[in-house]
Amino acid sequence: MDTDFAQRRRRDLIVAAVFAVIAALVPLFVKDVYVQNIMVLTLMYAALSQSWNILSGYCGQISLGHALYFGLGAYTTALLFTKFGVLPWFGMLGGGLISAVIAMALGYPCFRLRGHYFVIATIVIAETALLLFQNWDWAGAALGIDIPVRGDSWLKFQFARSKLPYFYFALVLACIAWFVTWWLEDSKWGYWWRAVKDNPDAAESLGVVVFNSKMGAAAVSAFLTAIGGSFYAQFVSYIDPESVMGFQFSLLMALPAVLGGIGTLWGPVLGAVILIPLTELTRSFIGGSGRGVDLIVYGTLIVLISLARPEGLVGLFSPRRKETAR
Amino acid sequence: MTAETIIQSLASGLLMGLLYGLIAAGLALIFGLMDVVNFAHGEFLMIAMYATFFLFAFFAVDPLLSAPLVAAALFVFGAVVYLLIVRFAVRAKANAGMVQIFSTFGLAIVMRGLAQYFFTPDYRSITHSWLGGKTVSIVGIFLPVPQLFGALTAILAFVALYFFINRTDFGRALEATREDAGAVALVGIDKNRVFALGWGLGAALVGLAGAIMAIFFYVYPDVGASFALIAYVTVALGGFGSVFGAFAGGLIVGLVEASTALILPPSLKSVGIYAVYLLVVFIRPRGLFGSL
Repeated sequence: MDTDFAQRRRRDLIVAAVFAVIAALVPLFVKDVYVQNIMVLTLMYAALSQSWNILSGYCGQISLGHALYFGLGAYTTALLFTKFGVLPWFGMLGGGLISAVIAMALGYPCFRLRGHYFVIATIVIAETALLLFQNWDWAGAALGIDIPVRGDSWLKFQFARSKLPYFYFALVLACIAWFVTWWLEDSKWGYWWRAVKDNPDAAESLGVVVFNSKMGAAAVSAFLTAIGGSFYAQFVSYIDPESVMGFQFSLLMALPAVLGGIGTLWGPVLGAVILIPLTELTRSFIGGSGRGVDLIVYGTLIVLISLARPEGLVGLFSPRRKETAR
Repeated sequence: MTAETIIQSLASGLLMGLLYGLIAAGLALIFGLMDVVNFAHGEFLMIAMYATFFLFAFFAVDPLLSAPLVAAALFVFGAVVYLLIVRFAVRAKANAGMVQIFSTFGLAIVMRGLAQYFFTPDYRSITHSWLGGKTVSIVGIFLPVPQLFGALTAILAFVALYFFINRTDFGRALEATREDAGAVALVGIDKNRVFALGWGLGAALVGLAGAIMAIFFYVYPDVGASFALIAYVTVALGGFGSVFGAFAGGLIVGLVEASTALILPPSLKSVGIYAVYLLVVFIRPRGLFGSL
């Protein structure tokens, strides 16, 4: 590519490093547990949305069923730990691999579908998994799983007293998801995905193996999403099907990317930084007195941004990026 | 399991299926007209159910009488939603598909929030109505009267829709706009007006369904969400773009749901619907009657 593009990529990398360092320093000044909690969630959603963006944004296969992979990650870690004593780190890796394999197994029939047929298939599959988990007695059925917390331990990745270890792990996860996206953007896969998104038929005729590139995007996306799910299970130490596999999660993963800028490198991060604190704050400040206000604020924001800024909020920061981003 | 229970549950499945078809009809109509899926369709159903409930609670109007009123109110509401939101969403140059999905999704979330705020999350029900709680027995099969009435209304609505689309000027304008929105402008048809009326009609159909549903189903802010997914599956099963595919889709969904409930625990009854949807689109990626 031209030097302009190479320059932008270098600049992106530097900006990301600076942001990561600043973020890492924030807990030194912010001791409030409530605020730290919001920061952990923001980083987690940034990571999740970045992962979702790989399949839905770059490759254009809109999934509204990513809660499936999130839930699989959470359940694999929690089940392996509570039933067999397997450390969460292995559970995390296992959950990621299982999700990647399942994503490809589901992708095999689903990637033939286009448009709304595909979107509905992703919703329906995640809902089916949700119902099965709700009826699966061994996995705790609808009541879910309580992960016993016995003091602070990096080995078992559980911390009762401080949120900080979770914060740093979430930061690392967000950085990894960002870096993977950054790296893929300029790889063979990145170009294939954008070609598949813009015009699958044309891409096919130019020698892009459309099917394989969709499968690749699904596997990477599902793997990273499941790692986020494993993290969440450790963070909240209690999971049930509705809270890790519900449709809201699929939506919550997609929204930061949609608002920030779908198919862009910075969109998910920007979207999460705006959306998650806003949601949490409206929920705790207004939510208590008048139920549903958080939903009203949230929904209005979605409608306004999607109508006024279809390319996402990143467009506000760098008008030049609009051309390359799509 | 006796033959009687099987026939009994298939019969109720059939009635429910026709009602599912009616719920989905508006969705299919709007999609067929302008390739837009209304992700707030379930919330349209929800406000129709609330409207019916409040007409009953405050003015003691029976759902049978309020159904036309509710349908008319929803007609206006649908047209307004088109003019205020969807009209702009379809103009988006970047990420067109995404903008469509999320602008109507956002609307759905706002509507659910407003319902929680104003109506509280409480479950409400219409305690007594002309049809509520009654059953009739036809050759030994017991059929709940509200569902039976809903099924008949659905059949009538589809018949009316058929004549409307094929035999009236407005129907022809709908068809023409759907074929080529640019060309109809040349013959003096206002595209926006046709789309707004299409949205109104689609919303009126779901309003009618909501008024009937309110007779025998609880009314609460999230009620739309549970029926919305069934409506999407119904439309997709029949094939996007085919209003009568929604009729067939509804029948299949109702029967499959009833048969699944016979075999699996009731909490898993939707699994059968989802499985049939996946099976159908894996074999026919455009649904049973879809042309798009």
